[in-house]
Amino acid sequence: MSRKVYVDVIALFTSEGRVMPHRVRWEDGTVYTVDQVLDIRRAAATKAGGCGLRYTCRIRGKETYLFLDDDRWFVEAV
Amino acid sequence: MERQILHVDCNKFYASVECCLNPDLRDKPVVVGGNEASRHGIVLTKNEIAARYDIATGETLWSARRKCPDLVVMPPHFPMYTKFSHMVRAILREYSPLVEPFGLDEAWVEVTGCRRDPVDIAHEIRCRVKEELGITVSIGVSFNKSFAKLGSDYKKPDAVTVFSRENYRELVWPLPAGDLLFVGRATKKKLEERFLYTIGDVARADPAMLQALLGKWGPALHAVANGRDSQPVVPVEEAATVQSVSNGMTTPRDLTDDWDVQRVLTVLAESVGRRLREQHFVGKTVELQLRDNQLNTRSHRVTLDHYIQATDDITEAAYALFKSHYQWKRPLRSITVGVSHLEPEDTPSQMDMNDSDRREKREQLDKAVDGLRLRFGDKCIRRAILLEDPELTGESLYDTHTVHPTGFSGKTDEIGGDQ
Repeated sequence: MSRKVYVDVIALFTSEGRVMPHRVRWEDGTVYTVDQVLDIRRAAATKAGGCGLRYTCRIRGKETYLFLDDDRWFVEAV
Repeated sequence: MERQILHVDCNKFYASVECCLNPDLRDKPVVVGGNEASRHGIVLTKNEIAARYDIATGETLWSARRKCPDLVVMPPHFPMYTKFSHMVRAILREYSPLVEPFGLDEAWVEVTGCRRDPVDIAHEIRCRVKEELGITVSIGVSFNKSFAKLGSDYKKPDAVTVFSRENYRELVWPLPAGDLLFVGRATKKKLEERFLYTIGDVARADPAMLQALLGKWGPALHAVANGRDSQPVVPVEEAATVQSVSNGMTTPRDLTDDWDVQRVLTVLAESVGRRLREQHFVGKTVELQLRDNQLNTRSHRVTLDHYIQATDDITEAAYALFKSHYQWKRPLRSITVGVSHLEPEDTPSQMDMNDSDRREKREQLDKAVDGLRLRFGDKCIRRAILLEDPELTGESLYDTHTVHPTGFSGKTDEIGGDQ
């Protein structure tokens, strides 16, 4: 079962009114750069629970989901 | 043009939200229940697995645990249910502006005139709610609101049922008459005394006989059973006209004397009054519901000759009702106070030479107190009467009034009682 881990995110508020995650600080303090956002949609976090705006991100070559729930970001950690 | 109406019902709503938020619960029997210490220990809703143990909504948690020792009992998280309810409605409003919520977990959506097939829309909504919010809905599609609602109940969870003009005699008519909206226990009993058990029985009955049995509601019920239900889907902004404001409380211990009742009435009237003032309403009818420790419920009401809003006025009227109707044969377990027959607070009304001035002062005092509580919290200023027995009157009801599952609050004509 995954854990829901809230993370710090540096995000860009675009001129079109979108919020795009830029950097994510994991719970161990490591900061990762989001290389690319592949998809944005509202979705349930089926592994860790809850729901939100789900960003499918490429980080260091891997696809990861980053959820924005109200004004907090979370990831589904193993 | 034939109307196309969807009724969307979130399956086992509270329990589904809990399971969505906490996936560890998904494979366990789960109920959402009130606080047993303060005697609200009943099942508000259960998930599919708990339902298999024959656990019923409204049952005590103690009895539910006997049926299923591994039962997981979650306390209710009403703000979260409200949030999910709003998210479901946001999805529905993408398909039509005509969305009429019915409680937190149900809504009608009128899609008449949409270019798409309503059944396709229903399936799309069903899939989207599951994917986007992680809970399931069942949807009824029909040409009127009553049948659409029956449809959402027909097959669940996560299903779409169509009741059309072609199939309703075959599918709707065999259903129990009690499944129809607004047919509560009392109406159902009356129908059964005339051997009218199914919706089809009602549809085929003589409307004149139904009128004699149920009054003006008889022919209306006959029409609904025959698919002639022209109630419009009223979007929430218009439906929001408040009919009444009420608060109820199951007390941590039984109430045994007038003094106890006066304290509890004050707590309830404070919340009702504050909500009336907040929404700028005054009301003329005060309602009181009393439930004794054997769970017998009686309702009483009085219509005053003037409009009221102040806490003291509500307490006074409710206490007078209590004194004139309750004989203390048994201790009381819960009390509900409500004010209905509402009008905007600037409605002109006949002044009473003796009392108007005092009443106005009371209302101004209440508004000043409301202002203080808004700024400094609910406990910054309290009535002395509420300090004597904090266990009984300690809880502020103001923030807890919004949510009652429709399944729990019961259908309309079950409330009745003598008035």
